[in-house]
Amino acid sequence: MEEQIKNIQTESISKISQCKDEKELNDLKVKYLGKKGELTSVLRGMGKLSPEERPHIGSLVNQVRDELENLISEKEKEFTRKELEEKLKKENIDVTEPSKKTSLGSLHPITQIINEVEDIFLGMGYKIADGPEVEKAIYNFDKLNTPPDHPARDLQDTFYVTDDIVLRSQTSPVQARVMEEQKPPIKIICPGAVYRSDSIDATHSPVFHQVEGLVVDKNIAMSDLKGTLEMFAKKCLGENTKIRFRPHHFPFTEPSAEADVSCFVCGGKGCKVCKGEGWIELLGCGMVHPKVLQNCGIDPEIYSGFAFGFGVERIAMAKFGIDDMRLLFENDVRFLKQF
Amino acid sequence: MKASVEWLSEYSDINVDTQELGDILTMTGSKVETIEQRGKDIKNVVVGKIVEVTKHPDAEKLVITKVDVGNKILQIVTAAPNIKIGMKDIIVPVALDGSELPGGKKINTSKLRGVESQGMMCGMEELDIDPAEYPDKEVNGIFILDDKYAKNIGENIVDVLNLREDIIDFEITPNRPDCLSIEGLGRETAVSLNKPFKNPRGNLDKLNVPDKSEIEGLKVDIEAPDLCHRYVARVLKDVKIGPSPEWMVRRLKACGVRSINNIVDITNYVMLELGEPLHAFDINSIEGKHITVRRAKNGEEITTLDEQKRVLNENNLVIADSKKPVAIAGVMGGLNSEIEDNTKTVVFEAANFYGGSIRKTSKQLGLRTESSARFEKGLSPENALRAANRAVELAEQIGAGKAVEGKIDVYPTKQKINKIKLDVDRINRLLGTNISKQEMIDILEKLEIKVENDVAIAPYFRMDLEFVADLAEEVGRFYGYDKLATTLVNAETTIGLRNKEQNIQKRMQEILVDSGFSEIYTYGFVSEKDLEKSKIDKKIVDTAIEIKNPLSDEYKLMRPSTIPSMLQTLALNNNRKNDSAKLFDLSKNYQNNNGQIEQGEVPLQEEILTLGAYCEGMDFYVLKGIIENILEAIHINHYDIEKEEENGSYHPGRCANLKIGKDIITTFGEVHPEVLLNYDINKRVYLAELNITKLAKYSRVSKKYVEVPKFPAVERDIAIIVDESTEVGKIEKIITKNSKKWLEKLTLFDIYRNEKLGENKKSVAYSMVFRDKNKTLSDEEINAIMEKIITNLQKELGAELRK
Repeated sequence: MEEQIKNIQTESISKISQCKDEKELNDLKVKYLGKKGELTSVLRGMGKLSPEERPHIGSLVNQVRDELENLISEKEKEFTRKELEEKLKKENIDVTEPSKKTSLGSLHPITQIINEVEDIFLGMGYKIADGPEVEKAIYNFDKLNTPPDHPARDLQDTFYVTDDIVLRSQTSPVQARVMEEQKPPIKIICPGAVYRSDSIDATHSPVFHQVEGLVVDKNIAMSDLKGTLEMFAKKCLGENTKIRFRPHHFPFTEPSAEADVSCFVCGGKGCKVCKGEGWIELLGCGMVHPKVLQNCGIDPEIYSGFAFGFGVERIAMAKFGIDDMRLLFENDVRFLKQF
Repeated sequence: MKASVEWLSEYSDINVDTQELGDILTMTGSKVETIEQRGKDIKNVVVGKIVEVTKHPDAEKLVITKVDVGNKILQIVTAAPNIKIGMKDIIVPVALDGSELPGGKKINTSKLRGVESQGMMCGMEELDIDPAEYPDKEVNGIFILDDKYAKNIGENIVDVLNLREDIIDFEITPNRPDCLSIEGLGRETAVSLNKPFKNPRGNLDKLNVPDKSEIEGLKVDIEAPDLCHRYVARVLKDVKIGPSPEWMVRRLKACGVRSINNIVDITNYVMLELGEPLHAFDINSIEGKHITVRRAKNGEEITTLDEQKRVLNENNLVIADSKKPVAIAGVMGGLNSEIEDNTKTVVFEAANFYGGSIRKTSKQLGLRTESSARFEKGLSPENALRAANRAVELAEQIGAGKAVEGKIDVYPTKQKINKIKLDVDRINRLLGTNISKQEMIDILEKLEIKVENDVAIAPYFRMDLEFVADLAEEVGRFYGYDKLATTLVNAETTIGLRNKEQNIQKRMQEILVDSGFSEIYTYGFVSEKDLEKSKIDKKIVDTAIEIKNPLSDEYKLMRPSTIPSMLQTLALNNNRKNDSAKLFDLSKNYQNNNGQIEQGEVPLQEEILTLGAYCEGMDFYVLKGIIENILEAIHINHYDIEKEEENGSYHPGRCANLKIGKDIITTFGEVHPEVLLNYDINKRVYLAELNITKLAKYSRVSKKYVEVPKFPAVERDIAIIVDESTEVGKIEKIITKNSKKWLEKLTLFDIYRNEKLGENKKSVAYSMVFRDKNKTLSDEEINAIMEKIITNLQKELGAELRK
């Protein structure tokens, strides 16, 4: 019997080792280890053995069975590995084929500049205010120290709906509205569309966008205005940007200034964008005129404030190198997609 | 305002070059627009004398000249038509070898048809000379100089002809009409350069001309003292009309004014010098010799100096004689009182008018002159007398006539002199500086603002100074804006926030960009034709706001709907063969829907998100999905979608309204084929209008944790056959209504059409997920619900269960 077991051992090990696929392995498993398998048959014949022989033969059979089971298990793992390898090979792809992404849209360059400006001022504690575009003349002019006969009404040709209702020619009426509704401290910016009776060409448009800023509190000084705008210019146009103030005049501020920034295209050396001057006129600003504060119900003896305003298109054009303002309002997708 | 540096230097020593002067004045508030430096580029051009002109051997149109340029005789070949064989002793400008001309042109020795030419003789144009300055000279060909220049041979032409002139053009802000004069700019120049103001017209302040009520029979009355604050007249007799002296012509020209004759030139010269517009007229053209300053009568007519007939009304101020207007006050004189060549007695009028009235008249007549541009800003009446006296002084100086003694000076409303408390602390607080009182006083006094007992007294020419803030500006601009510190607001902390509507807009932008949409910016204008092309509902069209002074018919209305702008943009892209366009516009519509405009109130202006697209893969349901995503993102989860068949802009079978309650918040769908035809678009176009103002109202963020379900769900499918016209929305409503609170998810997974189902029938299949959060649902419970659903579908829709 021992010999019979040894024969089974030798034969089965050789067959299992040479087996080629999972099915064959399965058949061999049944053949040797199955209920009617050869090794099982041997065990079944153990009853005929003497009690002395039994433990020896029994342990031999168990030993052979363990050996075969291990071998089969090894073999199974080998087949799984092989199968996986083949599968992976089959599933190989060309990673350089085009993707299936859906294309992204784009934000308009004007929005991108406004977003940038908003984020800078939100970080400095400003709220974003909004107001009507079809506006009362009293907010667009009168409250801003520009009464009906004021020569400054000539500075800009305004679109009129009636004598009392205009298309706002600046975002400043929002200032007046905020000051009327709110008590200091006031810190706002108001971006939005404004209207002036300019014919359309490469540098003019009857509709364009401004961002206006207003701060009113106790002890607000012109140096605060300068510091705020310098901070803004550095964040928006680059850390090396310099700013300079030139005296100017606006009816709603006194003292007033125009602020130039060192050209952010050439860094101040002089180029096409800055017309060789090294400076670009960025915005108008000043200390809120005492009459304006008064008109809006704020006591100029207690409070002071500063205001500034600039055109968004000009910055967008300079920053993105857009040479014709009309492109911004034409909305050709080949233009839009570049931003 | 143009000013020549030569003229400015009469008021202040100028120790810097013109570019630097421009920079300095810009930084003190007189912004330089342009600088013109005439003659600057001319180098190595001298006075020469032609000594011989001979034939060119090989060219009929060329001649060979020998030109004496002082130290040698040059051979120069020229084609100029006015240099002829045999000429000699002709004085001409000669550009030597290695010379430069305006525009960067360089002249070198060269050969012309084989003959050496050692330079070039110049014409006026080549030297940038205005032919008007030399009316008797030939414009074409070489500029032949007067014989008197024979003594200057070899000398630099720029010096000999005084070609060098630097002219600065300043942008003068409307608060500083005093700087619309050389005197005002001269004062700014002196203070900016920290030099003494030479005050060359200071004599005018000391003159004492006796008052007369009548001069040479002339009398003056002001009937409208509210519009005419002062009227000064001085008379000049024995007038000899003729040309003005060269220096005057030159200065006028530098300021951009053409010379007419000595009397007219004097009025212009004084206006440029002192900033006070003058008017001169022939005393004999004044009927009754009586001048009245009065409001015009309605319909009164006058022909102005530009030979235009003007019809006036009672808002216009005129200078009139006893019968008729002779001038429109402050704007332009009448042709009937013009200075003629035989004028013998001249009246110089220097008046002061109310700026607002001049501005209105000038606008009404469409006539803006150097005079009206000054008066409308509000001039000082004090300056009027100085100007009248200066005119007479100049006239005598250049021999244009003889002054008649005395002045007529009607001055009903004296100018108020502004006094402002010099609040040093307040000025420093406003500027953020620490300037001493003495330093402030020094600056102010240089500007002729006297300070007495801490009160600043504005000089008559500075009517703009009213408040302490005005003093702060004066101190600030000469202390130097560049010296102001840069500080940050040191005040109560504020929090920067976007409001709800702004946040919604931001979120929309993000979603749309992610969905492949590009943002557009459109004008708020629209034309009647556009509204018609887009088939906008008449009720909405009627709310459009009309602009009184539009740029054109195209931009006549403020749009009551954003659809036309979007369709126009899509049409442009389609027309340019862009094969797909997915666009969005965050903008406003403007509706006078409640008579607001008539009541002087602002009209309705709602924030609208407009979507517009044509592209492969786009259809009604894709668009619907994008809109639903947007709503989900802004926390709006409960709404109804209903078919809209009446909106003319959309396809009647493919348009829906999204409603919350009765409020229509969004309309979307496919564009009506007729509208597409109007815009010449040959593709299906999808459009949506989302009313952000309304959406913001319904958007509520209320995020609360709900327990993740513990009990299992039960899934059931159902397929029913209904009429083709039955909206699945109705089926879903019935299912939902009959599912207690157990329906967790309802998914339409198939719509199937087949003739076997019957004509105009469709099969609709749903999968349903039921769950109770407190227990496991039993089969019996679910069966009962399914039974109820089916019964109600049958009852309400005539649905049939498909097996």
